Amino acid sequence: MVASTVMKGWPVARPDTMSRESSADGPRDSRRDLVVVPGEDLGVSEGHEAGHGVLVVDGRLKSTKQGRMNKKGNTVTVEPLHTTYMPRPGDLVIGHIEGCTNNIWFVDIDAPFNSILPMSLGPAKVEFGGTRKVLDIGDSILCRVQEVEETHQSVVTMKGLGLRKIKSGALDDVDPHLLGRLIGKGGKFLKDLKLESECRIVVAENGRLWIDGEIDGIFKVRNALKELSHEARQVGGVN
Amino acid sequence: MGGYGDVQMIDENGLRMDGRKPGDVRPITIETGVVPVADGSCRMIWGTNEVIVAVYGPMEAHPRKIQRQDRAVLDVAYNMAPFSTTDRIRPGFNRRSREISKVTADALESVVLLELYPRSKIRIGIEIVSAEAGTRCVGLTAASVALADAGIPMTDLVVSVASGKINDVVVCDLNKEEDNYGEADLPMGVLPNTGELVFLQMDGDLSPDEFKQAWDYNMDAAMEVHKLMVEALKGGGN
Repeated sequence: MVASTVMKGWPVARPDTMSRESSADGPRDSRRDLVVVPGEDLGVSEGHEAGHGVLVVDGRLKSTKQGRMNKKGNTVTVEPLHTTYMPRPGDLVIGHIEGCTNNIWFVDIDAPFNSILPMSLGPAKVEFGGTRKVLDIGDSILCRVQEVEETHQSVVTMKGLGLRKIKSGALDDVDPHLLGRLIGKGGKFLKDLKLESECRIVVAENGRLWIDGEIDGIFKVRNALKELSHEARQVGGVN
Repeated sequence: MGGYGDVQMIDENGLRMDGRKPGDVRPITIETGVVPVADGSCRMIWGTNEVIVAVYGPMEAHPRKIQRQDRAVLDVAYNMAPFSTTDRIRPGFNRRSREISKVTADALESVVLLELYPRSKIRIGIEIVSAEAGTRCVGLTAASVALADAGIPMTDLVVSVASGKINDVVVCDLNKEEDNYGEADLPMGVLPNTGELVFLQMDGDLSPDEFKQAWDYNMDAAMEVHKLMVEALKGGGN
C-alpha cells in the first residue's frame, strides 16, 4: 500500500483523497470530473464525436491531454491547461528574428518549428545580401502565416495591411488556448482592457501580444494577463 | 546485487528493515509546475529519492541530423547530481546515465503522440537530487507526469515500479540496502489504463514463481502510484 508524506506547504497527493470511478455510460459532466489526465476514460464513444485532445479506442473516448473536458453538441473535447501554438495559414502572429541568410529570415513564432520569411515577402525592397539592414536578429515583427507544409514548416509574410516591424511598446504572451477568454464574448474583455489601460493591444494567434501605450497602461494590461493565466491554471477555475 | 546473502533484511514477522511489509511501497509525494520557465515539470519524492523533471517543447530539433520527417524525437537526459549519493558522483554523462536516458525515452515513445509534431524535439531533463535505489523508476514516472503537465498529447501515463528478492522473499519497491544486498531486481514500466508493459529490466535471478510474484507486486503498486499521479495532475498545475 502506498503511504504519502505531508511536507509543509506542498500539495500532497494521497490515495484517500482519490475521486470516483469512471462513468460507464457516456461522457461525465460533473464539475469535479471536468479535469482529466492523459489516458483517462471519458465514456462510450457511441453517439459522440472525438474533438481536440480526445481519441476513440475500442469504442471508448480517451483523453490525450491534461485539461478540462467540454461537450458541445455531440463533440467531446479536452481544453488543455497548456498548449503549443500550431501555425495555420492566415494566422496573424508576432515573431522574433532568430537568424538570416542572404535572402531569408528565420522567424521564431513560438511553434514547434521556426518559420521562414523570404526576402520577397519582407517589409521593404531588399538587395540580395542586405537582409540584416532591414530586419536584424532580435527584432520583433507583426506578420501573417502564408503557408504551412505537411511537415509543419511554415512561411510568413509581411505583405499586408498593418504588418510591420515592432519598434515601440511591450510584448507579452499567454497560452494560445486562452485567447478566446482574453478577447471575451464579442470582444468585450479586450475592449474593456483597451479602454481601461488606454493602450493599443494587438493580439496575435500565437499567444503573443503587442501592447503600445503609456507605461502605467502597459503594467495594467500585463497584470490582467498574469491574472488570466493564473486563473486558467486553477482546477475548476474560469470556464 | 551485492550478493551478501547473510545480511538479514527481513525479520521473523515478515517485516523489512524500514518496517514495510513485502508488498508495501515507500511514501510518495508528487508536485507539478515546480520549474516556472519549463513548459511542464514535476518534483517527485519517493522514499528518500527526490527527482525533478522539466519538459521543454515541442521545439525545433537541433542538430538537424536528429530530425525525423514523420515525427518528433524525445531527447531525454537523466543525470544524478554530484551530491545525490553519499559518495560524490563525477558530474556529467556516464555509461549508466546514457542507458537510463535511452530506456526512459523508449518507454515514453510508446505513449507520446510524436507523429503530431514532425521534425521537432521534446526535451526532457531528469535530475536526481537525492538517490536511494529505484531512481530510474522514479525518473520515468516523474517524466510522464511532467509531459502531461506540459500539455504533450499522450495515450496514457507511464508508471514504473521495481520489485526484487531479498533473503529469498520477493518484495516490492527495494530500498538502498535491499537493492545493494538483495538477490534480484525487476523494474517495470506499466500503462495503468491498459495494463500494457513498456519497460522491463531484470538484474539477478528469479524463479518463474518469484517472477510472477514480483510482476503482481509491480502491477498492484503501479495502480496505486497512478492514483497519486492523477491526483497531483488534477489538483496541481500551479
